[in-house]
Amino acid sequence: MDFNEKRIPIIKIRDYLIVSIQVDMHDRLALQLQTQILEEIYRTGSKGVLIDISTLEMVDSFIGRVLSGMASMAAIMDAAVVIVGMQPAVAITLVELGLEMPGVDTALNMELGMEMLEKRLNKA
Amino acid sequence: MLEIVSDKSWELLEKCPILNEYDIVKARQIVREFAKKEGMGIVDQTRITTAVSELFRNMFSYASGGEVLIEKGIIEEKPTLIITCIDKGPGIDNIELAMTDGYTSGGGMGYGLPGAKRLVDRFEISSELNKGTTVRVMKWK
Ligand SMILES: Nc1ncnc2c1ncn2[C@@H]1O[C@H](COP(=O)(O)OP(=O)(O)OP(=O)(O)O)[C@@H](O)[C@H]1O
Ligand SMILES: [Mg+2]
Repeated sequence: MDFNEKRIPIIKIRDYLIVSIQVDMHDRLALQLQTQILEEIYRTGSKGVLIDISTLEMVDSFIGRVLSGMASMAAIMDAAVVIVGMQPAVAITLVELGLEMPGVDTALNMELGMEMLEKRLNKA
Repeated sequence: MLEIVSDKSWELLEKCPILNEYDIVKARQIVREFAKKEGMGIVDQTRITTAVSELFRNMFSYASGGEVLIEKGIIEEKPTLIITCIDKGPGIDNIELAMTDGYTSGGGMGYGLPGAKRLVDRFEISSELNKGTTVRVMKWK
């Protein structure tokens, strides 16, 4: 198993930041990603963040908390976060666990997530 | 009271220490592999993996770590994965309270224990102040 401390890459496309989480994150890596995304929002002035979790095989209360924390912090910085591609098994498990992720918008795939962000930005 | 006894007919598949954050990830991946091997579907694999992740993190956060036994046995005539988390931490004063949705003594959300219980078929917890805590979860196919 590989636990290299490589950062999770954040890509900027037009007004958006795109993050694809492709590793089973340990707690510190999840917190680091949170900080990293906020720094990138600040640095680039992006108004929207798409976080692709389609390869994540589980979201427990810690990762759930990091994701919803990220959404509320980004909101304060005037950016919207959309979580994209959550696997059905992960969604079922999150609900059974009792975790509600307040303030977190989700979309089935990147394209729908992007549409969601665009609608929001045009409304504003 | 702290004792949660293993049945002699159970087969020990693996022992994993939980000492740091990497161990949490490693151990939950091992549990998923065994769940897969036992033929559990993807939703059940995710349920048991998430449940144990909560328990492993509790051991790490509140008891500075512990040990995990992964066993397999027959429960109610069904092949079952049995995961036992043993720590020598401070123990839990009020188990009923700790098992309540939303109760946390730290900065958590308080869904770890009650949530884990909902995700598995059997859940046993035993704890003694200043001695430690043992939590066992079972999931069958
Ligand atoms: N292994 C343990 N040793 C000592 N105390 C524990 C242990 N596991 C849980 N507890 C106590 O039980 C409480 C409830 O645990 P639970 O996992 O449900 O919530 P949490 O860890 O506080 O928050 P969350 O898991 O949602 O992040 C904890 O706050 C802690 O006080
Ligand atoms: Mg917990």
